Amino acid sequence: MRSANSWQAALIEDWRNGGFGLYLHWPFCEAKCPYCDFNSHVSRQIDQTAWQVAYLSEIERVGALTKDRVLNSVFFGGGTPSLMNPDLVDAILEKIRDTWTLANDLEVTLEANPGSVEAGRFKAYSEAGVNRVSMGFQALNNRDLRRLGRIHTVEEGRRAFDIARSTFKRVSFDLIYARQEQAPEDWRAELTEALNMAVDHLSLYQLTIEQGTAFGDRYNAGKLRDLPNDDAAAEMYEITQEVCDAFGMPAYEVSNHARPDAESRHNMIYWRYGDYAGIGPGAHGRLTLNGKKHATEAFRQPNLWLERALGGNGDSVVGALTPQDMAGEYLIMGMRINDGIDVTRFEALAGQSINQDGLRDLLDWGMVTATPNEISTTRAGRMVLNAVIEKLMPDQ
Amino acid sequence: MTDLAHIRNFAIVAHIDHGKSTLADRLIQSTNTVSERDMKAQLLDSMDIERERGITIKANTVRIDYVAKDGEHYVLNLIDTPGHVDFAYEVSRSMRAVEGSLLVVDASQGVEAQTLANVYTAIEADHEIVPVLNKVDLPAAEPERVAEQIEDVIGIDASDACLISAKTGVGIPDVLEAIVKRLPPPHSGDRNAPLKAMLVDSWYDSYLGVVVLVRIMDGVLKKGDNIKMMQTGAKYGVDRIGVFRPAMQPVDELGPGEIGFLTGSIKQVRDTKVGDTITHEKKGCEKPLPGFKPSVPVVFCGLFPVDSAEFEDLRDAIEKLALNDASFSFEMETSAALGFGFRCGFLGLLHLEVIRDRIEREYDIDLITTAPSVIYHIFMKDGTKVELHNPADMPDLSKVDHLEEPRIKATILVPDEYLGDVLKLCQDRRGIQEDLTYAGSRAMVVYDLPLNEVVFDFYDRLKSVTKGYASFDYQMTGYREDHLVKMQILVNDEPVDALSTMVHRDRAEMRGRAMCEKLKDLIPRHMFKIPIQAAIGGKVIARETLSALRKDVTAKCYGGDATRKKKLLEKQKAGKKKMRQFGKVEIPQEAFISALKMDD
Ligand SMILES: Nc1nc2c(ncn2[C@@H]2O[C@H](COP(=O)(O)OP(=O)(O)OP(=O)(O)O)[C@@H](O)[C@H]2O)c(=O)[nH]1
Ligand SMILES: C[S@@+](CC[C@H](N)C(=O)[O-])C[C@H]1O[C@@H](n2cnc3c(N)ncnc32)[C@H](O)[C@@H]1O
Ligand code: SF4
Ligand SMILES: [Mg+2]
Repeated sequence: MRSANSWQAALIEDWRNGGFGLYLHWPFCEAKCPYCDFNSHVSRQIDQTAWQVAYLSEIERVGALTKDRVLNSVFFGGGTPSLMNPDLVDAILEKIRDTWTLANDLEVTLEANPGSVEAGRFKAYSEAGVNRVSMGFQALNNRDLRRLGRIHTVEEGRRAFDIARSTFKRVSFDLIYARQEQAPEDWRAELTEALNMAVDHLSLYQLTIEQGTAFGDRYNAGKLRDLPNDDAAAEMYEITQEVCDAFGMPAYEVSNHARPDAESRHNMIYWRYGDYAGIGPGAHGRLTLNGKKHATEAFRQPNLWLERALGGNGDSVVGALTPQDMAGEYLIMGMRINDGIDVTRFEALAGQSINQDGLRDLLDWGMVTATPNEISTTRAGRMVLNAVIEKLMPDQ
Repeated sequence: MTDLAHIRNFAIVAHIDHGKSTLADRLIQSTNTVSERDMKAQLLDSMDIERERGITIKANTVRIDYVAKDGEHYVLNLIDTPGHVDFAYEVSRSMRAVEGSLLVVDASQGVEAQTLANVYTAIEADHEIVPVLNKVDLPAAEPERVAEQIEDVIGIDASDACLISAKTGVGIPDVLEAIVKRLPPPHSGDRNAPLKAMLVDSWYDSYLGVVVLVRIMDGVLKKGDNIKMMQTGAKYGVDRIGVFRPAMQPVDELGPGEIGFLTGSIKQVRDTKVGDTITHEKKGCEKPLPGFKPSVPVVFCGLFPVDSAEFEDLRDAIEKLALNDASFSFEMETSAALGFGFRCGFLGLLHLEVIRDRIEREYDIDLITTAPSVIYHIFMKDGTKVELHNPADMPDLSKVDHLEEPRIKATILVPDEYLGDVLKLCQDRRGIQEDLTYAGSRAMVVYDLPLNEVVFDFYDRLKSVTKGYASFDYQMTGYREDHLVKMQILVNDEPVDALSTMVHRDRAEMRGRAMCEKLKDLIPRHMFKIPIQAAIGGKVIARETLSALRKDVTAKCYGGDATRKKKLLEKQKAGKKKMRQFGKVEIPQEAFISALKMDD
C-alpha cells in the first residue's frame, strides 16, 4: 500500500503522463448526415469575424490558466472545420503561438470533408500552420455515400485526397463500415482498396446507430433495413484487424490504425488521459488545476456559446473530478490503446486498486495481459472492451 | 347511529372485469358521496398496481347515504371486491361482513367461472343475491339470453334482474332501490349488549399505523374505548374511529350493523388477525364470532434481496404487506447462494407478482424471486411424512418411499369453438376430464388437474388459446401420488438451487428443454460460453449453450465522449444491480419466474 501522500504527489504530476493538447470545435456543416450525433448544425449565415473574436478571447482565458504548459497538439474538429475561412484558422494559430510554448513537433490537425471546395482551401490551411488532415471519406462507393447522406462523390473524394497528400505531410481518412447491405467480403475489398491508397493512418469505425439521429429514428421504426447482424459486424471487425495487419497498419486503438510513429498524437492525449483544453460549442476539456483534475464543458448551442464567449467565458460547467470519475475515465480511455493502463497511476487517480477478482478472471479468460505495472487488452479482450472495463472497475 | 332497518350492507361480486368497480363508481357518484371534482374511473382502485393493471386487488369499503323513493334515509355500506381467482379469499371474507350481494354479470359475456364461484360463496354466506346485468350499452349485450343463462346455469331467479350500464349510468336508480327493497337489513344487533365486532380486514397506513376494518354485530364502539382481540388476547386503546366515504371520516361511535374503521397504538402486526372478534376489555362478550376459514397459500417461492444488505428492509416490507393481506404468509429462509430471505406463500401467481411488485415499488427493494413451487407431501421409508415447500429441500431419494402432489378441480367455461384447444391444454397438463356440459353455445368442462401444472402459466395459456374467451376457477381437492422428480438446473456446470423444480417424470425432458431454452434468452452473454443444463439426479436431460459475447465495444471514443461513455457505464452498473452472481455467471432477477413460463 502506498501512502496517501505519495498518491497526491503522483497526481500533481499526472497530466504530464499524457501530454497537453488543445481541441477547437467548429459546429457547422453544409448538410447534416443522418447517422451523426455530433454537435454539428447547418446554418446559412455565419459571421466568421465574430467567431474569430470569440475563439481568440477563449484562447486567452484558457491560456491564463495553463500558462506554464508546453502544447503538444492542436485539433480543429467538428462539424466541418474545413468550412472555416483560412484567415480564421490562421488567426487562431497565431494566437496559440502567442499563448503557449509549443512543442518542437507540434501536431496541428484539421478535420476536412472531402469536397472540392474544401480542397481549394488546403494550401492556405497549410500556410497557416496545419500539418495534418483527417478526411471524412466514409465509403468508397457512390451508392453508399448517398445512403450515408454524404454530399461528395468518390471521385471528388479521391481528388481532394490527392491534393491533401501533396499539401500536408500527414493525411488520414475515416471510413464507416457495417453499413446497410454490406457483407463482410464487400468490406474486405473496400478496405484493401483504401489501404492501397498509401495512407499511413486510417480511422475505421463500425456504424453506430445513435439515438436522436435520423438513422436512430429509422432504426426504431424498423425501417433501417439490411444492417449486418451482430455476428457479421464482429466478423467485419476481425477482417479489419487481419487486413490492416497484413498491410503493416495494425490497430493502435479500437478503431485506429497507423504505421509506426504515424499515430494521431492528439487523440493519444485523450487515450493516455492527459490534459486538454476544449474551446468552442460543446467542447470538453480535462485540466489539472491546483493539483486536481477538472472537467470543463462549453455551452453546446452555437449562438449561446458565441454570446457567452464574447462575454468573457464560454464554459457552462467546470468541476473537479472525483476519484471514482477519474478511475472510470482512465479505464475507459486507457484500455482502448495497445499500451493499456498503468496500475500505479490508476491507483493514484482512483485512490484504490483495480478490481482484483475481475482482473484474475480476465487473465484466466485471456481477455487481458498484465505485467506488475501494466494492464492491456488482448485482441479478444478489445472486442468486448465494455465488459472488460466493467470487470476492472473497483466495486467501491 | 342508524337503526338496523335503515342499514344495508352488501358486496359487489362478479367475474373479473364485469364492471364491479365501475358500478361502485356510479353508486358513489349518484349519491353525491364524492364531489364531481374528486371523481375518477374505478375510484376505489387506488393502488398504483391496480390502476396499471386495471384490476381490483384489495376489497374496498364505502359508506353512502341514500334517500329512497319512499323518502326514507338509508345508510349503505358497499364492498367492492376483486374478480381474479387469486383473490377469492378477499371476496369470501368480505361477504362475511355483509348480508347481501350484487351479482354483476356482463351482459355481453354472460356467466363465467368466477360468476359461478361467487354465487356459491354468497349462498354459503346466506346472502340475498340481486343479479345485475351490466354493459347493456354494448351492441353485443344480450340481457335476455344472459338472464336465461343465469336461471339455467346458476339456478337463481333473474326475472327482476337490474339492467344497467355502469359506464353510462343507465339503470343505477333501480339498483339503489333494489338494494333497499330486496337486500335485508342486518339480521340482529343489540345496542345494549356487550361489544361484539368482526375484524374484517387490517392494513398498514404510513400515517396512521395499523388500520382495522370492523363490522359491529352488537354493542357500541367509541373513541377512547379499551378493546381486546378475543383470539390473540391483544389489548388496545382506540384512538380514532370512522367510516370510509371513501376517504376516512371520523365518527363519534359505531353501532350495531355498521361498518367502519378503528386505529389505536397497534404495533404488532400479528395482533390483528382477520376473522377475530373485537370486544371491550371490561365487560366483554362471552362468545366470539365463528371466525373465517383460513386461506391456504398454494404457491411458494423464496424472496431474497438482490443487495443482501437490504434484508432487514425486506423483513419490514414483508411484515407490513402481510398485515395488508391476510392470505400472504412468510417465514425466514436461508440459501447458500442467495443468503437471507423469506419463503413466502401465495394464493396464485398473480398474487405472487403483485406482492413482489409492491415490495419493489413501495419499498424500493430489488428482489430475486426463486422458482415457485406448490407443497408436496413426501412419504419417507421410515413411515414419516414431510411437507416440501421448496424443491431445494428435497431429501435423499434413497430414504423416500413416494411423493404426493396437490390436485385441483378446475371449472372452465368456454365457447364451443375453442373447446378442442382447451381439452388439449388440460390433457397436456396431465388433466383428467370429469365433466363436460353445455349451456347454450358455451361448454362447461370440469377437470381434475395437478396444481403444479396450473399455477405458473395455465391461466395465461388458457387466455391465449381461447383469445380471452374462456374463464377459469379452481378449488383444491386433495393429494395424489404420482411419479414426481426434482429437476435441477446447472448453469456453467453449477447447480442453481433457486431454479430447482419438481416435475412429473414424463414431462421432465420437455420442461427441461423449455427451461434451458428460456434461460438461454434470459441470461445475457458473458465473456465465455455457458452451458445450461437440466438434470435429474446426476443425469443431464436437456442442454443448451449460451455462446460467448462476441463484440461489445464502443467504436468511437474521444475527449468529448468520456461523459457519454461514463453514462453507459453507469447504466451497465444499474443493470448489474438487478442481477445476482452464481459462480462466474450473472443471472437477471426476473429469470427465476420467467424460465418457468411455458409457451407450449
Ligand atoms: N361498455 C361498458 N364498459 C363497461 C361498463 N362497466 C364497466 N365497463 C368497462 O369494463 C372494464 C372493467 O371494469 P371494472 O369496473 O374495472 O371491472 P371489475 O369487475 O371491477 O374488474 P376486477 O376488479 O379486475 O375484477 C373497464 O374497462 C370498464 O370501463 C359498462 O357498463 N359498459
Ligand atoms: C466528428 S466526425 C466529423 C468529421 C467530418 N465532419 C466528416 O463528417 O467527415 C468524425 C468521424 O466520426 C465518424 N462517425 C460519425 N458518426 C458516426 C457514427 N454514427 N458511426 C460511426 N462513425 C461515425 C465518421 O467517420 C466521421 O468522419
Ligand atoms: S458527419 Fe461530419 S459532415 Fe456529417 S453532420 Fe457530422 S460532422 Fe457534419
Ligand atoms: Mg374492480
